[in-house]
Amino acid sequence: MVWRFIIETNGRKKLNGKMQVLEKQQIMTGSQKLIEEKKTIIEARDVNVFYGHFQALKGINLTIKENSVTAFIGPSGCGKSTFLRCFNRMNDYIDEFCLDGEILIDNNKIYWNKIVVEELRKEVGMVFQKPNPFPKTIFENVAYGLKIHGIKDKTYIEEQVVKSLKDVALWDEVKDDLKKSALALSGGQQQRLCIARTLAVEPKIILMDEPTSALDPISTAKIEELLFDLKQKYTIVIVTHNMQQAARISDKTAFFYMGDLIEYDDTKTIFTNPKQEKTQNYITGRFG
Amino acid sequence: MTNALKNKLIDNAFKVFGIICTLFGLVILGILIFNIAEVGLTRIDWNFITSLPSRKAEKAGIYTALMGTVWILFLTAIIAFPIGVGAGIYLEEYGKKSKWANFLEINISNLAGVPSIIYGLLGLEIFVRAFNMGGSILAGSFTLALLILPIIIVSTREALKAVPSSIKDASVALGASKWQTIWNQTLPASIGGVLTGVILAISRAIGETAPLIVVGALAYVPFAPSSPMDEFTVMPIQIFNWVSRPQHEFAVNAAAAIIILLLITFMMNGVAVYYRNKWQKKIKW
Repeated sequence: MVWRFIIETNGRKKLNGKMQVLEKQQIMTGSQKLIEEKKTIIEARDVNVFYGHFQALKGINLTIKENSVTAFIGPSGCGKSTFLRCFNRMNDYIDEFCLDGEILIDNNKIYWNKIVVEELRKEVGMVFQKPNPFPKTIFENVAYGLKIHGIKDKTYIEEQVVKSLKDVALWDEVKDDLKKSALALSGGQQQRLCIARTLAVEPKIILMDEPTSALDPISTAKIEELLFDLKQKYTIVIVTHNMQQAARISDKTAFFYMGDLIEYDDTKTIFTNPKQEKTQNYITGRFG
Repeated sequence: MTNALKNKLIDNAFKVFGIICTLFGLVILGILIFNIAEVGLTRIDWNFITSLPSRKAEKAGIYTALMGTVWILFLTAIIAFPIGVGAGIYLEEYGKKSKWANFLEINISNLAGVPSIIYGLLGLEIFVRAFNMGGSILAGSFTLALLILPIIIVSTREALKAVPSSIKDASVALGASKWQTIWNQTLPASIGGVLTGVILAISRAIGETAPLIVVGALAYVPFAPSSPMDEFTVMPIQIFNWVSRPQHEFAVNAAAAIIILLLITFMMNGVAVYYRNKWQKKIKW
């Protein structure tokens, strides 16, 4: 009898929990559904970054959930790009770069000595500010990631190339030109190709460092559209200077200023009801 | 005179000065070629190219010297290319920031400034004597390879530097190792520049005389070399030998040989320029 009582209580507690979530869901709209319930995929614990004597990031704590879009906003030099590049260790090549604290991806400490950086970057892909396709054919651009990871199965590579190009909605535009140089594509197509190239190795996370700042509005819209689809399969972290873009595409937004994480919350909250004055000033364009 | 007019005058004056500077070298080269062509052009025929050297000027040919030059160039290229490019890649991609790399860099610049006769003496001591190669083509090639290494290293670095870092970033961000990035992206994108540097370096090696004399290239070699261990002579030494004879007929031979040597050099430079242009057209960032 005692056992049964405990089980019943537990059951009721769980039920209560679910009901609370349901209430929360009704408040939240569209893409923000259930985000708190998702699995944590990136976790930063007290991250400090130094370039020599200059401190670029000051004690950042932040968690990012799976299958969400997180936007990093803030004025130039606030550390948002630096922080983004910590997730795939692209800062390793910078002189005097020094990181203190811990970053966990899938519960692995990525700044641990024994981590294989190449394996990490396979899981955490990156798209850069300026489209940077390799000076090779379109096909080779997408296949490159697979080849460097030792995949030799030609049919698999071809399948992945087609699938990745379809995923970025580029397939219809280039299916007859796969052997042509990627440099012949337009800027927007090049950037989508760069995204396809990243998708081909099937990462879990895609980092985007101002991916549309070099593109025209139509290409930008196409890529934003793409992000909604990609979110179903990947976790996306995007740095952007475009506030409307952050508001449009992201579930969560983090505002950085002078190396501090000022505020991190649901995008809707940040843009409608920020808790910090600095955030308010920045998003209304009073500075930055 | 108004200020604008004055400025325009100075502008034009400098333009004329610049044209004169540019033409200076070209005019001298033109005079040289004209002079030599006048003396030697009629002497060139198939016999001149395929004949062995002789004490009689009209029977003498450049066959042994030409073959010696071809052998030397071929082996020098084979030796200098991998070593020079390898060193260039190391300095540019791997050892960029260390004090050790800095030290190496300064000394490679120093090497480029060492007079070629010193390389000859070095080659004599190391390759001819210590490695017991004798006055062979191999010893000569190693010596010349040493001589042109700094040029290849510097031009390789320049070519690698011209590859935008965004390409390397993209490769690395996909999980490529450093070597994968160099092999698959940086080198293919810069190979035109690298090869141009190598060809120019080798076309410089064609004209080198002093180090080869020291190493033991002979003025008179009765037969064309058939293996890397044979003794040899090269075109510049043959020319020097003919010029130093008193008879006028040998001077004609020398002029004819100079024309052929120049032709080879121009051809190699032409190939280098062709590839550079082709490469520049192909890749626009």
